[in-house]
Amino acid sequence: MKRTYLGEFEEIVLLTVAVMEGGAYGVVITHEIVAQTGRSVRLNQIHAALQRLEDKGMVKSEMGEPTAERGGRRKRLFTVTAYGRRTLQEIHEVRVSFWNRLLNPLKLTTSL
Amino acid sequence: MTQPPRFADRLLKLFCSPHRLEEVQGDLHEEFAWQVRRVGERRARWRYWRDVLGFLKPRFVKRVAEPYSNPSNIDMLRNYLKIALRNLVRHKVYSAINIGGLAVGMAVAMLIGLWIYDELSYNTYHQNYDRLARVMQHQTTNGHTGTQQSIPAPLEKELRTKYGNNFKHLGMATWQDGHILSYGDKHVTRSGNYMGPEIPEMLSLHMLRGSRRGLNETNTILLSASTARTLFGAANPMGKLINIDGKSDVRVTGVYDDLPFNTEFRELTFIAPWALFVAMQPWVQRSLSESRWGNNSFQLFVQLADNMDMETVSARIKNAKLNNVSPDEKKFKSEMFLHPMNDWRLRGNWEEGVHIGGYIQYVRLFGIIGLFVLLLACINFMNLSTARSEKRAKEVGIRKAVGSLRRQVVNQFFSESFLVVIFAFVGAIVLILGTLSWFNEVADKHILFPWAKAPFWLASLGFILVTGLLSGSYPALYLSSFQPVKVLKGTFNVGGWAAAPRKVLVVVQFTVSITLIIGTIIVYRQIQHTKNRPVGYNSTGLVMIQMISPEFNGKYDVLNTDLKNAGVIQEIAESSSPLTDVWSNNGGFSWQGKDPSLDDDFATIWVTHDFGKTVGWQFKEGRDFSRKFSTDSLSLVVNEAAVKFMGLQNPLGTIVRWGAKDDPTTKHFTIIGVIEDVLATSPYEPVKQAFYFMDEKETNWIMLKLDPRRSVSESMAAVESVFKKHLPSTPFNYKFADQEFGKKFASEERFGKLAGGFAVLAILISCLGLFGLASFTAEQRTKEIGVRKVLGASVLNLWGLLSKDFVVLVIISCFIASPIAYYYLNRWLEEYTYRTELSWWIFVVAGVGALFITLLTVSYQSLRAALMNPVKSLRSE
Repeated sequence: MKRTYLGEFEEIVLLTVAVMEGGAYGVVITHEIVAQTGRSVRLNQIHAALQRLEDKGMVKSEMGEPTAERGGRRKRLFTVTAYGRRTLQEIHEVRVSFWNRLLNPLKLTTSL
Repeated sequence: MTQPPRFADRLLKLFCSPHRLEEVQGDLHEEFAWQVRRVGERRARWRYWRDVLGFLKPRFVKRVAEPYSNPSNIDMLRNYLKIALRNLVRHKVYSAINIGGLAVGMAVAMLIGLWIYDELSYNTYHQNYDRLARVMQHQTTNGHTGTQQSIPAPLEKELRTKYGNNFKHLGMATWQDGHILSYGDKHVTRSGNYMGPEIPEMLSLHMLRGSRRGLNETNTILLSASTARTLFGAANPMGKLINIDGKSDVRVTGVYDDLPFNTEFRELTFIAPWALFVAMQPWVQRSLSESRWGNNSFQLFVQLADNMDMETVSARIKNAKLNNVSPDEKKFKSEMFLHPMNDWRLRGNWEEGVHIGGYIQYVRLFGIIGLFVLLLACINFMNLSTARSEKRAKEVGIRKAVGSLRRQVVNQFFSESFLVVIFAFVGAIVLILGTLSWFNEVADKHILFPWAKAPFWLASLGFILVTGLLSGSYPALYLSSFQPVKVLKGTFNVGGWAAAPRKVLVVVQFTVSITLIIGTIIVYRQIQHTKNRPVGYNSTGLVMIQMISPEFNGKYDVLNTDLKNAGVIQEIAESSSPLTDVWSNNGGFSWQGKDPSLDDDFATIWVTHDFGKTVGWQFKEGRDFSRKFSTDSLSLVVNEAAVKFMGLQNPLGTIVRWGAKDDPTTKHFTIIGVIEDVLATSPYEPVKQAFYFMDEKETNWIMLKLDPRRSVSESMAAVESVFKKHLPSTPFNYKFADQEFGKKFASEERFGKLAGGFAVLAILISCLGLFGLASFTAEQRTKEIGVRKVLGASVLNLWGLLSKDFVVLVIISCFIASPIAYYYLNRWLEEYTYRTELSWWIFVVAGVGALFITLLTVSYQSLRAALMNPVKSLRSE
């Protein structure tokens, strides 16, 4: 099956967008990823990833309401498209099937 | 709330693609605010910088293509021009007024420009025109300093020997005059001069044959191309022998190109050597060999040495004459100076020894008039555009609402004004081509349309730019400033405030026009006033013939008999001066009771017995010369001015002595008659004191009084045949005294005609503008007039209502124009001793005239509006 390649970072961003359910935009995505993964992620990386995802058709965006702390500027709110959702699904299925075939998952962890 | 680093923000704005900027910047600011709370402002700022730099990557910098078309300048220009053309075609009357008025204004300004250029380039044909000068002198008599071109003959030698290193060339000359040139049987009268051998080099004559050194031998002559053609046709004139005035035979040693019309020497059609003139005149030889400085009879031209400047040399030669004159002539305080060729044409007037300019005043005046006429045309354009602004305001509003930038609206109006100006420019060129020959005639010029001259086209381009900007700026900047919301909502009101500048401009227009009208009236009155001045003789049918060849000697009696027998003349006489000039002035007279301090100076005219009868002298006292008295060769007829000048109570019988008391050649004359002043020189000056002597040996002119019962052309044909019979080798040239007198007004009449023409044009242009404005107001007030009519207003009421505004403006203009005109015309008239008065009625006439024309212009529109059926005007809503 042919599908679009999705990098690991892009996958995390896409997942975050999916989790946030319509409330996703640059800053909150950054904070969420930092909180969840502990990585030091920077805003420009997130923006770049979101742009790539949009180019690939996995997210769509629209301009939201302005807020005061943004100096009256609007935010770009992202939502996952059906295509993005299916991609995530497929990735998840692939991983689950591998995990299921793994006989002793705990052993693997201790050996690390 | 703390703000993120401003410079970083600006950097981001500069680099980040505009369509991403909002979200990126918003995110950055939100992040910054959050970081300030988390880690403090200082570190947040650092982070902010780091984040901004993170965004400076191709992905974020790259611009996306606009989804809308981005028209190029050419596209917009085409659109502007198309709209402009449609506007012009739609409003035909406005366009005609605009283009027509502007074309006339530009044509006037360009004609005046060409004229000024021609005046300024006078004499520049000569390569060394900035190094050439004429030597002139100031002399003081009876406390008044006079300035003259004539200098004594020994001055040339004096300047060569004592001041030689100041000059490169010097050249003496007599006076340009008509002479008879004969080659075989061919006799022609040509104007020429006797001049020094260096003159052709100084004037940088363009030699077609021979060289500029052609005058080095005594019996030689240089001919202009036209003279050579007249005498020799196509044959080679070089080396041929011709005769001047039947006196001297000379050999042609060169032919030069005719001098152009705008040079001082344009009528110099031959040059004979100065040495030849000296050889023929014993008294000049004497004054040269004996260094006699008393007689100022010649001209001297100089070219400065290369390292010298005009003023220094002029100051150096100041006393060149004074150092040499006899002690009793020192009182005249002769001062020599140089008059540079640059100034000959435009700065040739002196008053009491002070250089006061001259013709340059007319050049300046016409320059100003040209500018004003152009200004009037521009004002029309501005006025009509702003008047129409209410209509165009909606258009501007819609354009702006649809998305036009102000810049584009400005461009739109400028392209419209430039289109009008370019049309007007083409129209102006057509007008100039049509009127140039007429203009040349009136202005006495030979101006050609400068098709091939780059400076002219550059100037025209500048002209178009300036006019386009000037006349387009007001509507462009004013209309484009409208706010679309107000305009489209309909609350926009251009009344009151907007009409004020328009009114001011109308006042300016009419002030200029009325000033020009008053000026023209005054100039014509001055000319008329002077023409009506009593001349002291009867000039009708009076013919003057100059005796320029020795053939005339001894022919007086046969001419007299034959002409009288032919029945064409009533009287014949001879005189030393023409009737319209005085060729000789003399001093050295004394009489009983003469004030010893008086520097006596009289116009001296020699006549024959019948002169008084021929010209119609009016005697106040005494009698005319008569053949009955053999003593009349020692009698004197004087004019009234002379009686006054001499301070005589009983002039008749007074003895006048001419010469020193103990000199045996001194003569004593007795005054036998006093005549009314005969106006011979400038008609604007008082008549000079004059003595008339009776001596046929001194005469130069024959005067004929034609028989008034026969037609002039018939008589002149008969006169010519008699002259041809007795004077076969003298071309028959004659002048009518009244025509010659009329020529004295040539420059004033030219000035009057030009000023009159410009005044008419100024009024025309102003009225065109007024017509446009009136039609606009009438149109604008159509509804109001309809309502008024329904409520019972009469046509007269409405006519008054619509005309009142304009009439008030013109009256204001009258009050501004009158003092201005009074001031300048008073100054102009002060230059004339004999002048008309500035009466108050002239101003009234000009004002009433302007008002009348205004009413005429406005009434057409206001009556049309007032007569309109109110049903029609009110129905359209």
